[in-house]
Amino acid sequence: MNRMNRIIASAVTASLLATTGVALSDNDSKKSLLSWFERTTPGIDPAETRLYTDECGSCHFPYQPGLLPAATWETLMNKLDDHFGENAELNEGDVNSIRNFLLNNAAGRANYGLPNKIMAAQGDRPLPLRITEMRYFVYEHSDLNRTLVEENPQVKSFSNCDSCHQGAKQGLYDEHNVRIPGFGRWDD
Amino acid sequence: MKARRLILWLLLSAATQVSAGANETLDGYKRLGAGPFNPETGRQLWISVNTPQQDAAERSCADCHGTNLSLPGNHLRTGKVIEPMSPTTTPERLTDNRKIEKWFKRNCKWTFGRECTPQEKGDLILFMQKQDG
Repeated sequence: MNRMNRIIASAVTASLLATTGVALSDNDSKKSLLSWFERTTPGIDPAETRLYTDECGSCHFPYQPGLLPAATWETLMNKLDDHFGENAELNEGDVNSIRNFLLNNAAGRANYGLPNKIMAAQGDRPLPLRITEMRYFVYEHSDLNRTLVEENPQVKSFSNCDSCHQGAKQGLYDEHNVRIPGFGRWDD
Repeated sequence: MKARRLILWLLLSAATQVSAGANETLDGYKRLGAGPFNPETGRQLWISVNTPQQDAAERSCADCHGTNLSLPGNHLRTGKVIEPMSPTTTPERLTDNRKIEKWFKRNCKWTFGRECTPQEKGDLILFMQKQDG
């Protein structure tokens, strides 16, 4: 094949690959063309383990590991007897399994989209213990007034992610699937 | 034969429908010297109001789990629904020994400021097993 034809062939192949990639990537129309090169799963990897959901989802929503940095998870796991004022102690073997699960999938360890944004937004600032006090979280929820959350009896607290984020259990927190109980869809 | 049918009915009757998990747990407590167990003593523990530390708020088992165990409860802080404690309403209750011990450890420590004794745990299990709460 001569040089010109080779160049044309390469160009056609490249554009075919790009188009196919876009066609196969997920349906969020706002994503850029290049996003098919990146991880195609948005939000937080649910990385569901039965143990974590059973043990850490019995009193509150089981927050995915990618929502907090490893250092915070470590602190929390070392102080389960005083977990925000409650006793959340676990059987010995379970503590270690859950600790490993959390640390391996934490923000700053798991390298993709949302956890990376969360870490980047936090920068060098001190780490809070609560997801709701992470800088990224505060910024994303800054335009909500008290009537919608704290004073809303169907929500009560920002800690109840799945009250408004309909895809929370699947690790999806984007603004396209938010419905505030008593108020309806939230469109940013 | 009459005797066989009688035994069959006895086995089927509610009084003997104590789940395997709970039985195992109760036997464990008996080996530690506890028993006999009394559901009324369990009920008194359940509704007792406690202040585990000086600055702690008052709390009782009933605060989250309610007094009618066939009804769901709510976690006091998060509002999360807790399935009814009665094994008649929620069949998985009191079937897993590890789960029973885990929750006793956490909840006794938080409510009473200490672990429950085998006697107290046995009384509480009997209380939970009573259908009418």
